[in-house]
Amino acid sequence: MIFSYYPGCTLKTKAKELDEYARKSAKVLGITLEELPDWQCCGAVYPLAQDEIATRLSSVRALVSAKDVDRDLVTLCSACHHVIKRVNHDMETNEDIRTKVNNYLELDEDYRGETNVVHYLELLRDVIGFDELRKKVINPLKGKKIGAYYGCLLLRPSKTMEFDNPENPTIMEDFIRAIGGDPVIYPYRNECCGGYIALNKKELTQERCNSIVASAIEKDADMLITACPLCMYNLDINSTEQKLPVYYFTELLAEALGVK
Amino acid sequence: MYTAEREMTENVLRISNVNTRKCMKCGKCSGACPAFDKMDIHPHQFVSMVEKGDIEGLMNSKTLWSCLSCFACVERCPRNVEPAKLIEAVRLSVIRKQGENRLKADDIPVLLDDELPQQAIVSAFRKFSK
Amino acid sequence: MQKIGVFVCWCGSNIAATVDVKAVVDAVSHEPGVVYATDYQYMCSEGGQSQIRQAIKDFGLTGIVVCSCSPRMHESTFRKTAISAGLNPYMVEIANIREQCSWIHKDREDATEKAIILARTAVAKLNLNRPLTPGESPVVKRALVIGGGIAGIQSALDIAEAGYEVDIVEKSPTIGGKMAQLDKTFPTLDCAACILTPKMVDAASNENINLYTYSEVEDVSGFVGNFTVKIRKKARSINADICSGCGVCTEKCPSRKAKDEFNMGLSNRGAIYIPFAQAIPNVPVIDREQCIKFKTGKCGLCEMNCPAGAIDFKQQDELVERQYGAIIVATGFKPISLENFDEFSYSQCPDVITSLELERIMNAAGPTKGKLLRPSDNTPPRTMVFVQCVGSRDTSGCGKTYCSKICCMYTAKHAMLIKEKYPDIDVHVFYIDVRTPGKNFDEFYRRAVEEYGVNYIKGMVGKVAERNGKLLVQGSDLLADDQIIIEADMVVLATAIEPDESARNLATMLTASIDTNDFFTEAHPKLRPVESPTAGVYLSGVCQGPKDIPETVAQASAAAAKVIGLLAKDKLRSNPCVASSNEMLCNGCSTCENVCPYGAISYVSKEIRSAGKMEVRRVAEVNEAICQGCGACTVVCPSGAMDLKGFTNKQIMAEVDAICR
Repeated sequence: MIFSYYPGCTLKTKAKELDEYARKSAKVLGITLEELPDWQCCGAVYPLAQDEIATRLSSVRALVSAKDVDRDLVTLCSACHHVIKRVNHDMETNEDIRTKVNNYLELDEDYRGETNVVHYLELLRDVIGFDELRKKVINPLKGKKIGAYYGCLLLRPSKTMEFDNPENPTIMEDFIRAIGGDPVIYPYRNECCGGYIALNKKELTQERCNSIVASAIEKDADMLITACPLCMYNLDINSTEQKLPVYYFTELLAEALGVK
Repeated sequence: MYTAEREMTENVLRISNVNTRKCMKCGKCSGACPAFDKMDIHPHQFVSMVEKGDIEGLMNSKTLWSCLSCFACVERCPRNVEPAKLIEAVRLSVIRKQGENRLKADDIPVLLDDELPQQAIVSAFRKFSK
Repeated sequence: MQKIGVFVCWCGSNIAATVDVKAVVDAVSHEPGVVYATDYQYMCSEGGQSQIRQAIKDFGLTGIVVCSCSPRMHESTFRKTAISAGLNPYMVEIANIREQCSWIHKDREDATEKAIILARTAVAKLNLNRPLTPGESPVVKRALVIGGGIAGIQSALDIAEAGYEVDIVEKSPTIGGKMAQLDKTFPTLDCAACILTPKMVDAASNENINLYTYSEVEDVSGFVGNFTVKIRKKARSINADICSGCGVCTEKCPSRKAKDEFNMGLSNRGAIYIPFAQAIPNVPVIDREQCIKFKTGKCGLCEMNCPAGAIDFKQQDELVERQYGAIIVATGFKPISLENFDEFSYSQCPDVITSLELERIMNAAGPTKGKLLRPSDNTPPRTMVFVQCVGSRDTSGCGKTYCSKICCMYTAKHAMLIKEKYPDIDVHVFYIDVRTPGKNFDEFYRRAVEEYGVNYIKGMVGKVAERNGKLLVQGSDLLADDQIIIEADMVVLATAIEPDESARNLATMLTASIDTNDFFTEAHPKLRPVESPTAGVYLSGVCQGPKDIPETVAQASAAAAKVIGLLAKDKLRSNPCVASSNEMLCNGCSTCENVCPYGAISYVSKEIRSAGKMEVRRVAEVNEAICQGCGACTVVCPSGAMDLKGFTNKQIMAEVDAICR
């Protein structure tokens, strides 16, 4: 199975592991990820304003590029996924935005949100299936108590993201079970880590991360996993009271599949 | 309401595409907000003040630079009001004005550390500058 | 040729402000057949009606057109006026120039033009009207009540008291409904069981009342006065005639895995069980999904121990068919599922419970024998938080758009009862608005605050998170403009209520209408609140909309009064506007028979004289007592043989012509 793939800027620099192990694992799982040619930065935050067209263009270009080869578009970074999925939703449902974007891009054929945007975790769940994944595991992560950290961007707003139950998600826990680990469910796994506010209000980020890490430790987690480079950074650097090792979920996936 | 005020309010409503009248003042947004303590005007008040047309007051508020865009308020609002979109619209009303950028390229080197992902810088630029 | 009088009503300013009534009078007076036309401020008033009567006499009118409000409002009024002046009531036509004209138009010229067209249309139809005489149908003097909660029980008792037979069909193994699960009732704090169980006993012992418990309505046919209903009596696996209700079987049953529905799943029950001590009938039922005997073929401990030999593993469902004159729907409610509200951690933390679960915990016959204990570890709580409006007043798509109405009061009740019994427990209530309209209701709520010291916080909870066995309740305190976190031991969610899941299917069977929330619709929201728009079907309790016990009981008695009024009649006048088939034109194709929703059409062989010869033909025949006048047959009839009295094809074409003129 071949999918178009949008890695995003951070995966080319600070979050190389997230990308590298996703690709290696995909290969083992019989999935070909074909990186989009000439993709551009998604902008990292979804433009909430109705009148912002320019900041939506890079996402639309990626979406159109996938549509041109008639493939679903796989994303990996939570922020990229959030931005591209929501812009796609705008292109499908918001006539004003759709018209302006299409007028600007002057494509051969108007883009109307046709591309299916799939997060790598959704790929594991819905295309490969966690039962199938379990069969491919050669190094099950036995005895490892792993807390899934979802954060905000994969889950919310749930009506657009349609990723999982926004308040009690299960996809990452099911993933952890599939690779042989013990999922630790803790209540702050969908609370915000502070995100970009790390740059101007570090103390807020620290408060957020401390309460998240404390919540996971209280439920006996040995480590956290995430799909977002910024969450990874915050949980790692900005947890000042207690510490937990934080990994990208693809690192553990690759380890379980024996390709790390 | 003075014309200038009304224009600003209409602009915020247009940019955000939010109908503030749907709010039933339950305060769930403020009950859910992870940045509540860092805000001077809290999410439920923010909605009310847009409704009343006090955009000037909102443009000077700390709230604009504290919102995490985590969408907890959006997700949990029982009336689909989407307070985060209003905060964004007022924030844009500020930074779209000349000389109002809150983050400049020259500020970045001080803020950098070895681990900081590019994503953080891009996000912050998008949120705080034009 | 008809002699027609036209009467144009102003309806005060309702019509006259938008429609030039004089212009309407002028215009219609030139219409064919019209010999008299006038206007008046309130045609429905005694003054207006007497004008109509006078004109009928003075001008020898053969028919009248009243241009006024919707026929749903006053058609029957003006038909009675006609009768009192010696005119056949079906020679009255209403032109609706209010709801369909003056109320929806702003421009006076447009509205007047439309009113004239509507008046002229009614005149054109009336020119072809013929006097009609209603037929009669008998009334079966027995009522059916669907649902055996407090609503159904009260309706049944009132009907039985008036001397008529009533059957109650209840899907669960006992009557009593949700009220049986409650501990105390607001605002007087009577114990629910103490006031309900005597009524349950009354219902069971009343010789006019027949209980079908563990039974469901499977099919409804017929019409007002003469419904035929199929009832499925599900197999209890017990011979109820010889069971003494001793309960030995329930004690011996080794299966304990099933969640006890009566205790809201807070305890387990056996596979053979009696829902609660005062259940009626006091006969156990075997849950075949849980029973070891049914699952593996081994066990049968209940059978071995039953002193009466009443266990019957081979018992089959039984289908009963009964006739009824009237049907009362009393299917009640259930709390909504909380799957869309996981921010309150209901599915993740056992100490987050619903209000109905708290009722069971507080109840002396409940899972904790009435002791307030946390489900997680059976320890007494020290801090409790109530959250109101969970899933109510929600337009986001996660919950219900309406106010569930009962939650403010029962939450105040819970808070007060807890403070009364355990004064050391801190009780906090998050509210958006406290809604207490009702006799002694606000006083009740204020007592919770002022005498018992319940802490009411205006605001909503944003998240409940568990930490070290405590529940961190994070919410807003709007009056203090603060975000607070309360460390609670238990959280109680005032969960929205919704109609029972059986409502939708039942509405289809009854051809009764339901709204977008599956609440049954009343015939008129103000003036006919206990009747469904379907003749002979009445509404009792929460199936029609959220209401508390006093309101439910009042509505139940009101519905019963309506039923008694119906059953007191020996015959019902039927609507004469029914279909009839012209046997000369009928080609015997059966199309009409196939579309008739009421089974009113049958085919007979008849000798018919055609072109001077007698021949036997197969022709349609309408049973006028069953026909409801829907007109489906007239539309499908390929040969134009089927016609509807009072709404003939000719009349409808005349109306269309008058509009298009």
